[in-house]
Amino acid sequence: MSSPGPGPGAGGGATAPALDAWRGVAAESAEELPPGLRSFLRGRSRALLSSLLAPHRGPFLVGSSLVVAETAAKLAGPFLVQLGIDRGIPPLLRGEGATPLLAIVAAFLSVVLARGLLEYLFLTVSGRIGEDVLLDLRHRLFDHFQRLSLSFHERYTSGRVISRLTSDVEAISELLGSGLLTVTTGVLSFVGIATVLVVLDPFLGAVTLAVFPAVIALTVWFRRRAEVVYRETREAVALVIIHFVESLGGMRAVQAFRREPRNQDIFDHVNGRYARANLRANRLGAVFGPGVSGIGRATVALVLLVGAHRVVAGDMTVGVLTAFLLYTRRFFEPMQDLSQFYNLFQAAVAALEKLSGVLEERPEVAEPLTSVERGAGSAVTPPATVRSSGHEVRLEAVRFAYRHDEVLHGLDLIVPAGQTVALVGATGAGKSTVARLIGRFYDPTAGRVLLDGVDLRDLGDEALRSRVVTVTQESHLFSGTVADNILLGRPDASRPEMEEAARLIGADRFLVSLPDGYDTQVRTRGARLSAGERQLVAFARAFLADPGVLVLDEATSSLDLPSERLVQRALRVLLADRTAVIIAHRLSTVEIADRVLVLVDGRIVEDGRPRDLLGAGGHYHALHRAWADSLV
Amino acid sequence: MRSSALWRLKPYLRPHYGRLVLMTVVAGAGLGAATLVPLVVKALIDGPVARGERSGIWLLALAALGLGLFESVAAFLRRYTSGNLAIGLETSLRSDLYAHLQRQPVAFHDGWQSGQLLSRALTDVKVIRRFFGFGLVFLVVNLFTFAVVLVLMVRLEPLLAGITALSAVPLLALSRRFEREYLAVSRQVQDRHGDLATLVEESALGIRVIKAFGRRRLMGRRFGDQARLLYESSIRQVRLRARFWALIDMIPNLTMAAVLLFGGLAVGRGALSLGGLVAFVALLVLLVWPIESLGEILAMAEEATSAAERVFEVLDTEPGIRDRPGAVVLAEARGRIRFEGVGFSYGSGAPVLRGIDLDLAPGETLALVGMTGAGKTTLASLVPRLQDVSEGRVTLDGHDVRDLTLASLRSHVGMAFEDPILFSASVRENLLLGAPHAGDDDIEAALATAQAGFVHRLPWGLHTRVGEQGLSLSGGQRQRLALARALVTRPRVLVLDDPLSALDVHTEALVERGLRRELEGITTLLVVHRPSTLALADRVAFLQDGRIAAVGTHSELLERVPAYRDVLSREVEELAS
Repeated sequence: MSSPGPGPGAGGGATAPALDAWRGVAAESAEELPPGLRSFLRGRSRALLSSLLAPHRGPFLVGSSLVVAETAAKLAGPFLVQLGIDRGIPPLLRGEGATPLLAIVAAFLSVVLARGLLEYLFLTVSGRIGEDVLLDLRHRLFDHFQRLSLSFHERYTSGRVISRLTSDVEAISELLGSGLLTVTTGVLSFVGIATVLVVLDPFLGAVTLAVFPAVIALTVWFRRRAEVVYRETREAVALVIIHFVESLGGMRAVQAFRREPRNQDIFDHVNGRYARANLRANRLGAVFGPGVSGIGRATVALVLLVGAHRVVAGDMTVGVLTAFLLYTRRFFEPMQDLSQFYNLFQAAVAALEKLSGVLEERPEVAEPLTSVERGAGSAVTPPATVRSSGHEVRLEAVRFAYRHDEVLHGLDLIVPAGQTVALVGATGAGKSTVARLIGRFYDPTAGRVLLDGVDLRDLGDEALRSRVVTVTQESHLFSGTVADNILLGRPDASRPEMEEAARLIGADRFLVSLPDGYDTQVRTRGARLSAGERQLVAFARAFLADPGVLVLDEATSSLDLPSERLVQRALRVLLADRTAVIIAHRLSTVEIADRVLVLVDGRIVEDGRPRDLLGAGGHYHALHRAWADSLV
Repeated sequence: MRSSALWRLKPYLRPHYGRLVLMTVVAGAGLGAATLVPLVVKALIDGPVARGERSGIWLLALAALGLGLFESVAAFLRRYTSGNLAIGLETSLRSDLYAHLQRQPVAFHDGWQSGQLLSRALTDVKVIRRFFGFGLVFLVVNLFTFAVVLVLMVRLEPLLAGITALSAVPLLALSRRFEREYLAVSRQVQDRHGDLATLVEESALGIRVIKAFGRRRLMGRRFGDQARLLYESSIRQVRLRARFWALIDMIPNLTMAAVLLFGGLAVGRGALSLGGLVAFVALLVLLVWPIESLGEILAMAEEATSAAERVFEVLDTEPGIRDRPGAVVLAEARGRIRFEGVGFSYGSGAPVLRGIDLDLAPGETLALVGMTGAGKTTLASLVPRLQDVSEGRVTLDGHDVRDLTLASLRSHVGMAFEDPILFSASVRENLLLGAPHAGDDDIEAALATAQAGFVHRLPWGLHTRVGEQGLSLSGGQRQRLALARALVTRPRVLVLDDPLSALDVHTEALVERGLRRELEGITTLLVVHRPSTLALADRVAFLQDGRIAAVGTHSELLERVPAYRDVLSREVEELAS
C-alpha cells in the first residue's frame, strides 16, 4: 500500500503445489488457498487444539459435569414456578393452607443456592483450564521460535513473530475465556429447554421447535458472511500493527526526514480500512442478533396463541403456559450470543491455523536427537581454573547457497586449535557465510563443518554454544542493566568475573562513568548507550562466555580507535590459546592474526602469515595498501 | 474520580451526538415494546382464557407479535448505531494516539517499550470501543428497563414491586465492591500483558545474540517467569469474576422465589389475579438479563476505564520538542551554525555536554572527534532538534533552532546515522523521504556519491521493497542508502553520524571521494571514528568528557594535543612490525 512497486514475494506465483508445499507457515501469505488445503489446515489446527486440551482431561470432565448440573438447576427454575402456580396456589384458593406453596418455594430456594455454588465452581474450573492452556501454548510457541533457525527468522521477520505470540495467542485466550463458556452453556440449555418443553406439553413443544429451522437458516447465512468479514478485520489489524511497530521503531529517521505526515497518511489509511471492516462486521452482527431475537419474539406470540387455545380447551394449565413463556425467552438467548462467539471462534481458528503452521516448521539448523555432549578432542574435562583451550575447526568441501545463489563452492579449510585466522576480501566474497557456518547459524548445503572432528550437526546446542561464540556488528542489548547484558555470556558468572571481563575489553572505562555503573538500565534496545559502547558490552559478553572458538564478524567496525586498540590488546591475550576467526574491513584487526585468508568469490586465493602475504604482492598486498592510505 | 479517564473521551463522542440521541430514542422505544408484552399476557390470561372465549386470543397474540417485531427492529437500529459510533470513536482515538506518538521526541521512544505502546494503541483502544459499542448502551438500557419495569410492577402489586426493588440493594453493594477489586486486577493483567509483549519483541529482535550464546533456555526461563506472573493475575481475575457472577445471578432468582411466595399468597387472599401473577413473573424475567449482564458490563466499564487511563498516560505526555508559539518559518538558510554555551543532560542525570561553543561558517565541514561516550552523537542531534539543549542555545543563521518551526528546520538539515533505518517501502520512496519532489537526476547523483548503485541490480531496481516487510539488505548497503537519502534532500546543513562504519575500505574511499565534492557549500557536522574520514573536514573539534578540549585542523591537533593523538593515530610501530 505504501509501495508503488512489487514486493520481493510478489514474483513467486505458486501453481497448484502439492500439499507438502503448504506445510509450516507457507499458507500465511497465500492470497487464495487451493481447495484441498482448507481441510488440511483445519486438521492441523484441530490436532494442536486437542494436544493443548489433552492434559486437562480430568478438570475438563469435572467442568462438564458442573455445567450440566448448573444448567439443570437453571432450568428447574421455571418448572418450579409452574408447579407453584398449578399446585401451590389452588390449595390456597381452596383454603387448604400454604404448605404446598411453601414447600415449592423452599425447593426453589435450595435450587437457586445450589446453582450459585455450581456456577462459581464451574467458572473457576473452566477459567483455570483456559489459563493453563494459554500458559502451555505460550511456552511452546516461545520455545519453538527460539529453536527455529536464523534463516527462518530472517524470512519470517520479527514483526510476525511478535504478532503470533501476542495477538494470536490473545485470540485463543478470548475464545477460551468467554467464547467457549457461552457456547457450552448455550448448547446445554438449548438441549435442556427443548427436552423440558416437549415433556411439559408435547404439542406446544413441537410447535415451538418448529420455528427452529428459521433460526438455522439465519445462522447459516450469518456464518457464510461472517467468514469473509471477520477475515478482513484480522487482515486489516495486522497491517495496522506492522505499520505502527515499524514506523515508531525508526522514530529517529522519521523525524529527521519529516516523514510524520506521510506516516500519518499511511496509518490513517490502514486504520480506516480496519474501521471499514469493523463496520461491516457490526452491520452483520446487528442483523443477526436482533434477527434471532425477532424469531424468538414471534415464537412467544405463537406460544400465546396456541397455548391460550389449549388452556381454554382444558388441555393445558396456566402454569404450564407461564413456564413455556419463561422457557421460550431463554431458548433464543444463547443463539444471540452465538454471533459474538462466532467472531471469537473465527479469529481463534485463524490464529490456530497460523500457530500450528509455526509449530510445524522444523528448524533447518536442528539440534541432534542424540548429541555429543563433549567435543571429541577433549576427552578430559578441563579443570575450571584452566582456560578452555582452542578447538580445531575444519570445513570439508563446504558448499552453501542462499536461495539460488551459491556463495561457497566446495571450500576446504582447516583451522588448527589455537590459531587466529583472518578472512579478508571484498563484500560478497563469502566471508560472513564462513563465519555463520562455523557459528552454525546455517548448515552447509553440502559438505560438513567439524569441531575437533565432530560434525557441528551432531553437537548439542549447549555443547556447541559453550565452545563457539560469535560477535557480530549488530550488538543487540536487552532491556535490563549493563551487568545483565554482560552476564548473558555466562549467567552463572560471579560479579567480579563479570567486571573482570568488562575491564579486559576496556569497557569499564565508560561503564563506571554511567549513573549507576554496571547497574545502569540500558533502556529499549540499549538506547542509553552509543553504538560503540554497545559493541564493547557485546565484547565483554563474549569474553565472559570464555569460548574455545571465537568468531568476530565485523565486530570492531563501530569502535573508535582507542577502544579498538584496547579490544585488540585484549584479543592478543585472549586469543593466544584459542581458535579465532576474524572478519574485518579494517585491516588493523587482521594484524593480530596468525594467518590470513583472502577470499574471492567464495574461494581462497591467498593463504599465509600476514607478513608473508604482504611481501607477496597479491590481493592482500593491494588491500593493505588501500587501507594504509586511508589512515591519513 | 476514576471514571474521569472515560469522561475525558467526551470530545470523541461529540461528532456522534446525533447517533447518541437516535440510539437512546430507539432503545427507549424497543424497551417500551418489550415491557408491554407481559401486560398483553396478563390481558390474555385474565381475559379470553379466564372467560374461555377463543375469539379474543387472536387479537392479543397478534399484538404480542407486532410488539416483538417492533422490538427487534429497534434492536437492529440500536446495535447498528452504537457499533458505528464506537468504531468511529476507536478509529479517531487511535489516529490521534499515533499522531501524538509521532510528535514525541526520540528520547520518549527510547524510554518507552514499544510493546507497551502497541498494546495501548491496539488492545486498550479496542477495549474502549467495546465498552462504547456494547457496555454503555446496555448500561443505559438496563437502568431504563429497571425503572420502567419497576413502575409497571408497582401498578400491578406494590408489595411484590417493593420486594423486587429491594433486590437492587445487594446488587449495588456487590457491584461497588467488585468494581474496586476488579479494577486493580485488570490493570495488573493488562500491564503484565504489555511486559510479556516487550519480552517477546526483544527476544525476536535479539535472536542472533540469543543464538550466538546458546541462551535459548535462559530466555525461555525469563519468558516463563513473566508468563507465570500473567497467569497468576489472570487466575485472580477468573476467581473474582466467578465469585461475582455467581452471586449476581442468584439475586434475580432469589427475588423470583420471594415473588412466587408472596404473589401466591396474594392470589390466595384475592389481592392479585392469576393473570397478574403470571404477568409479574414475566416482568421479572425482563429483569433477569439486565441483572445478570450487569457483572459483565461493569467489568467492561472497569477494563475500559483502566484502558482509557493507559491511553491518556501517553496522550498526556507533553511532547518536549515541538513548535514554540510564534515559531518562525526559515524559508532560506545560509547554513551558519553556532553552539553557544550549550549543555545537555538526560533528565536530572550528570551532564553529557557542558559549555560547548562552536561556530560553523556556511559551507564549512567540522569533524567531531572523541572517545566513545564523549557526547559526539548527542551534540550532533541538537542541530535538527532530535534533542533539545538543557543550557545555552544552538542557532541556525542566528535563529535559535527552537524558535524555528520543526518542519522548516528539518527541511534544511539532512541526516545520516550509523544505524540506518529504512522503511517498508520501495527504495525510491525511502530515498525521497526528505525530498518528495526530487527528480530522477537528483536520485542518481546521490546514489552515485553514496556508491549505492547496487540498487539497480535489485530484483525490481528502485521499486524493490526494502525494510521490515521487504528485501533485507546488508548493513553496508543500508548505510549507503541512508547516506544517499540524506544527500537527495540537498540540505544546507548535513549531520553525518559515523555513517560509513559498515563499509569496506575500498567502498569507503570511493564514497569519501564523492562526498568531498558534494559537501562543498553544505555546512557539515561529521561525527568521526576513523582518521580516513577526517580528510573531509576543514576543522576538527575534539571532545573530551562532554567539553570541547581543542579545535583546529587535524594536523594542528595532532601536533598540539597528545590526547587527540591517542584517539586518532594508529600505533604505527605495530603496523610496521
